[in-house]
Amino acid sequence: MVVETATQTVKAGLAQMLKGGVIMDVVTPEHARIAEEAGACSVMALERVPSDIRSSGGVARMSDPSLIRGIIDAVSIPVMAKVRIGHFVEASILEALGVDYIDESEVLTPADESFHINKHQFAVPFVCGCRDLGEALRRIAEGAAMIRTKGEAGTGNIVEAVRHMRSVQGAISRLQSMGDEELVSYSRDIGAPVELVRQTREMGRLPVVNFAAGGVATPADAALMMRLGADGVFVGSGIFKSEEPARMANAIVRAVTHYEDDEILAVVSTNLPRAMPGLEIDKIPESEILAKRGW
Amino acid sequence: MVSDTHAGMEPVTELTAHRMGDVGRSGSVVVGVLALQGDFAEHAVALRRVGAEVHEVRTAEHLSRVDGLIIPGGESTTIARLMIAYELREPIIERGRAGLPIWGTCAGAILLAEEIVTLDRPGLHLVPMTVERNAFGRQIDSFEADVAPGELEGGPLHAIFIRAPRIRTVADGVDVLLRLGPEQEREPVAVQYGSLMATTFHPELTEDGRLHERFVGLCAEYAARVALQPGLAAAGGSG
Repeated sequence: MVVETATQTVKAGLAQMLKGGVIMDVVTPEHARIAEEAGACSVMALERVPSDIRSSGGVARMSDPSLIRGIIDAVSIPVMAKVRIGHFVEASILEALGVDYIDESEVLTPADESFHINKHQFAVPFVCGCRDLGEALRRIAEGAAMIRTKGEAGTGNIVEAVRHMRSVQGAISRLQSMGDEELVSYSRDIGAPVELVRQTREMGRLPVVNFAAGGVATPADAALMMRLGADGVFVGSGIFKSEEPARMANAIVRAVTHYEDDEILAVVSTNLPRAMPGLEIDKIPESEILAKRGW
Repeated sequence: MVSDTHAGMEPVTELTAHRMGDVGRSGSVVVGVLALQGDFAEHAVALRRVGAEVHEVRTAEHLSRVDGLIIPGGESTTIARLMIAYELREPIIERGRAGLPIWGTCAGAILLAEEIVTLDRPGLHLVPMTVERNAFGRQIDSFEADVAPGELEGGPLHAIFIRAPRIRTVADGVDVLLRLGPEQEREPVAVQYGSLMATTFHPELTEDGRLHERFVGLCAEYAARVALQPGLAAAGGSG
C-alpha cells in the first residue's frame, strides 16, 4: 500500500477542516484550554498577543519551544505557531516540535526583507497573510496551503481586515469577466503566476482556504468578515484582551457559525464583556503598520 | 497542485428552498449537511454532483426538513459543543434512531460512535463502535492512500486522512465497507450500520462520488418509506 504524507492535498485539507471556525491566539496552556472549551477549532501559540507586541516594541520572534509544547499538551485541537517572515530555521524548529500549522507572520519582526520561506520544502503546512489577490497567489506559489487576509493585528479595529478582504474578493469577481488574453497582462500587473490566476478564475475563489485576521474584536466583526467571504476567522488580541475571555470566545464562535442569522447574532452580542480598547489606524506611525511587512 | 484537492471548494449558495413538510415535494432527495463548522461546503458540492438537493443544517428546524444528514469533517470538539448549544444533539439522536440516514466523515465518524476515546463532550452514541481521535498522530502524519474497493463497485478508492481517527472496535451488526493497511492488520475505515455510515477519511475532498452515491441511495430509500408511512418522520422530525 502506497502511503503519501505531506502532499498539497493533506496540507490544504487541514485548512478545509478548519472552515467555519475560529482560531484563537493563546499565550499560556490555560488560555489554550479556555479557547478549546469555548469551541475554537485551533489555537495559535505565541508569547505575546499582537497588541502587547505592538506596545512593548523590540524584535518579536518565534515563541520558546517549552511554551509551544505546553500548549500542544494542553489541548486536543490543532496547534499553530508563528515564525518570522523568511526565517526557515524557526520553521524547521516548529516542524520538529509537531506544530500542526505554521503562520509565516508579519506580526513578528521580518527576518528576510526579500524572500519568504520556500514552504514546499516542509512537511508541515503554512498559512500566510495577504492584502490583495497578487500577494495571496505569490504566497500560494511559495507553498502556502492556507491564506489569511492581514488586517492590522493588535488594533481591535476591523477596517484593514475589511479593506484586504474586499480587495481579494473584488479582484476575484473582476477575474470572472476576463478573457485569456487579458489574464496574462493582469497576472503581470498583480505579480502572480498566470496558472494560479487562471485557477482562481475557474474556481471563483482563492485556490486554498482564506480566513480573515487582524482586528476582529467582537462577534459582529467576525460575522462581518464571514459575510464578506472569509472561510473562518483568526482572533488575536480580541479574546484575551477583552474583560471576560471565555464569554467573548464563546460569542465569537457562535457568531461565525450563525453569521447569517441576525437573531442569533443579536443574542450573542448582548451584554458582552467590554471588547479590547482598539486603535485608530491613522494614529499608528507608518513604521508600525504590520500589514506592510511581507511582499 | 492536485486538481482533486480543491474540488469541493466552490462557494455554496444560501439555501432558499424551504419545504413545507412533505407538501410540494419534488422528485429529488433532500440531503442535509450539518453546517456548524468544518468542510460542509465540500460535501454540498459532492452531493450536488450526484444529483441530490442540499440543505445546510444549523438548527433543529432545518433538520426536520431533510431525508438524510451528513456530519462533515471539522473539529469534533467544536462541532460537539455547537450541537449541544443549539439543541441539535437530541433531535439528531432521535431521528437517527428512527431511521434517518446519517453519514459522518472524520469528525462526523467520531461523533456517531457509541464510544469515543478522548472527547470531552458526549457524542451521538448511534453506531456501536469505538473510535479514537487523532489516532494516527499530528498533522505531519496526515496521509493519502489507495484503499481496496471492498464492498464498493469498481477500482481502489483514493482516501485522504487528515488528523484522522481510527475505528478500534466494531460490534456485531456493523458492516465494514472498506479496510486500510497490510493484509494481516487491515483496519476498518468505512462502516455501515443500518442506514448509518461512518468513514474516517474524506470522500468529499476527491471527485470519487461512490460513497456519496451510496448515501444518497439510502436517503432515497428512507424518503420513499416516509412517503408511504408519514408517521415515521414525525417520530423524530418535529425537532
